[in-house]
Amino acid sequence: MRILRTTKTAMKALRRNPMRAALTTLGIVIGVGAVIAMMEIGAGSSSQIQKGISSMGANVLLIMPGTTSSAGVTSGTGSVTTLTPQDCAAILRECPAVLTAAPIVRARTQVVYGSRNWEPNNIYGTTPAFLEVRQWGRMAEGKMFTDRDILNSNRVCVIGKTLARELFQGRSPIGKEIRVKNVTFRVIGVLNSKGANMMGMDQDDILLAPWSTIKYRVTGAALGTTNQSISSGSSGNSVNTLSNLYPSGQTSLYPEQSEVQAANNPMLVRFANVDQILAVARDAASIQPAIKQITESLRRRHNLRDDAADDFDVRDMTEMSNMLTSTTSMMTNLLLCVATISLIVGGVGIMNIMLVSVTERTREIGLRMAVGAQPRDILRQFLVESIALCLLGGSIGIALGRGASTLVRVLLRWPTELSVGAMVAAVVVSASVGILFGYYPAWKASRLDPIEALRYE
Amino acid sequence: MPMIQLEDICKTYHLGEISVPVLKNVSLTVARGELVALMGASGSGKSTLMNILGCLDRPSSGQYRLDGKDVSKLSIAERAMERNRKIGFVFQNFNLLPRTDALDNVAMPLTYTAEHLSEGEARRRARDMLRRFGLEDRLHHEPSQLSGGQQQRVAIARALINRPPLLFADEPTGNLDSRTSVEVLHMFQQLNEQEGLTIILVTHDPNVAKSARRVIHIHDGAISNGSFSGHNDTRMASNPGSVEDGAGI
Repeated sequence: MRILRTTKTAMKALRRNPMRAALTTLGIVIGVGAVIAMMEIGAGSSSQIQKGISSMGANVLLIMPGTTSSAGVTSGTGSVTTLTPQDCAAILRECPAVLTAAPIVRARTQVVYGSRNWEPNNIYGTTPAFLEVRQWGRMAEGKMFTDRDILNSNRVCVIGKTLARELFQGRSPIGKEIRVKNVTFRVIGVLNSKGANMMGMDQDDILLAPWSTIKYRVTGAALGTTNQSISSGSSGNSVNTLSNLYPSGQTSLYPEQSEVQAANNPMLVRFANVDQILAVARDAASIQPAIKQITESLRRRHNLRDDAADDFDVRDMTEMSNMLTSTTSMMTNLLLCVATISLIVGGVGIMNIMLVSVTERTREIGLRMAVGAQPRDILRQFLVESIALCLLGGSIGIALGRGASTLVRVLLRWPTELSVGAMVAAVVVSASVGILFGYYPAWKASRLDPIEALRYE
Repeated sequence: MPMIQLEDICKTYHLGEISVPVLKNVSLTVARGELVALMGASGSGKSTLMNILGCLDRPSSGQYRLDGKDVSKLSIAERAMERNRKIGFVFQNFNLLPRTDALDNVAMPLTYTAEHLSEGEARRRARDMLRRFGLEDRLHHEPSQLSGGQQQRVAIARALINRPPLLFADEPTGNLDSRTSVEVLHMFQQLNEQEGLTIILVTHDPNVAKSARRVIHIHDGAISNGSFSGHNDTRMASNPGSVEDGAGI
C-alpha cells in the first residue's frame, strides 16, 4: 500500500521534470537500442556465416563401408561392399535429423570429346540429391538428371566448369556426346563453379551421372578404385559396345555362397553397392543425432547382431563443425560484450543523473522527511524513479533498436534476425540496471539529515 | 498533560576533538493550546532547540516528552512517524515542491500517513484545507504562479493536513512584506484561538514575537526568559529567577 503510494509519488516527481527524465533515459535508450540492433544484425550475420560454413560441407556426414579383416590383416575403409542405394533411401526415410542424402559411386577414367580428352578428378555416379547435399545451388546451364534417368541407367551426365572448359573450350556442351571409358554420355547440364575446396582440390573438375549408369555401364564392379588400374589399362582395347550393360565382367557383389552359408546368413541379396553415402544433417546441432539415427538404421538393415561391429563407418567433418560451433559462440560472446558495455554506460548515465537529481532535490527530500517520510520511503521513491526511467528507456530502446535493424536490412541489405531473447534480456537488464545504479543515489538520499537538507541552498 | 515538556536537555556537537555545547540543561514546558514565540539571536541555539522540539534531532541528554510520550530516544523512522502525526512545519522559504500544483503540495504529507487514504479522499481533504485558507481558486496553480502570501498559506495548509496538535513556524514572515506578514500572523492567532492549536513561532523579530502570548528567549544555549508559562508551571520554585511571564496580550 505504502509502496503503491511511493510509486505514485515517484511518477509524479518524474512528470514534474520531463526534460530531465528524457535526458536521463537517453543513456538507456541508446544502450538498449544498440543491444537490440546489434543482436538482430549480429544474429543475422551469424546465421549467414553459419550458412556459409555449412555450404562448405560442415553438416555433411560421410558414410563409408567398413573394413574387412582376414587372418589378422585389416584392409582399409571401403574394402568391403556393404552399402547399397537402398541404404541411402532408408536413411532418408528413417532418420529425421537427416535433411537429405545421396549415394556415390566413384570412377576414375578418361573422358573424351572429339579430339580432346581429360581425366576429371571425380566421376561420381549419384542421384539428383547430390546437388543439394553439396549445396551446389543452381545449374549454370541445362538441368540435372532425374530419378527416371537413374531407373533407366540413362547415359546422361552433368559436368563441372573445369571439365567443360577443357573439353569444349568455351562452346556450350549441352546436348554434346562425350565418351567415358568408351561409353557415350550426353551432356545435359553444366554445374555452377564452386572453386577449390578446403584441401585445394578443384571441385569443378567433376562429372556427375546417374549412379546406376556409372555402376553398370562404366565401372561394372564394386570397387571402382581397385578396378581402375585394370580397366584403364585395357580401356584402349575394349570395344565400345553401347548396349553392353556390364562391360567389365564381374556382376555379382559377393562371392558365391554355399547353400549352408546362405541358410546361416539370412542377409538379403543386394543388387548393387555404392562406394559411399553422403548425408546432410539439418543443422550443426543435429549432426550427432543424425549419426546416431543413421547408425541404428543401418545396423538394423544390415542385420547386425548387438555384439557385432558396424560394417560401415559414419564420419562428420569434425574440423569444420568445430569451426562452426566456435564461430557461433564467438559471435555470441562478441555481441554479449557489446551489449554489456553499452548497458553499463547507460547505467552509469542513469546513476549520474540520479545523483545530480538527489543533490538538486535536497530540499524536497528534507521537506518530505520533515513531514514524516521515513528513510525507506525516500529510498523507495528514488529507486522506483530510476527503475521507471530504465524500463521506459528500455522499451523505447527496443523500438529504436528494431527500427535501426530494419533500416539496416532495408537500406544496406544486411541480413537481420528478430531476437526475442535479446528483447526480454534488454527489459530484464534495464530493470536491473535501474536497481543497481539507482540504489546508490537513492541510498544517499535516504541518508540525508532532514535539518541539513532543509537548510540546503 | 503539557504539549511539550523538556527536562535538562543538552545538545553537544562534536567537531573532531572539540565538543561544542549548544544547549545547556534546557528545561521548558509548553501547555496545550499555547501560542509561544521562541526568540534568540543567531548562534544562540535557537535552531538547535527547534530541531529537537520538532523531532528532527535528538538531544544528547535529557528527556523530551511530546504530548506525554518520551521521544528523546526514538529511532529515525519512529521520529518520522511522530512528526507526521503530531507536528506541522511552516518554513521561512515555504519549501513547496516546484512544478507541483497547490493541491498536490498540500496532499503530499498524506503519502506518509499510517492510515491509508485513497487518492480521492486525500485530494478532497487537501481541497477543503485550501478552501479554509481562501485558496479555492488557486488549486491548480504551481508555486511559481502564486504570491509569497499565497505560497505561505499553501504551506500552512500542508502543515495542517494531518491535523497535528502542534505547529512549528520557523521565521514564517521572513520572506513576506509587512502587510502579508500581518495577515499570516493573524491567521496563526486565529488557528490558536479557534482550534486550540499549539503554535511555536521561531523568530528574531520582536514585532512577530508580539503576536504571541508568551515569549521564550534563548541566549547562549540556555533559556534566559520564559521557560514556563505562569499559570501552569509547577516547577517555578525550582528555577527561581529564570521564569517570567511572556509578553502577553
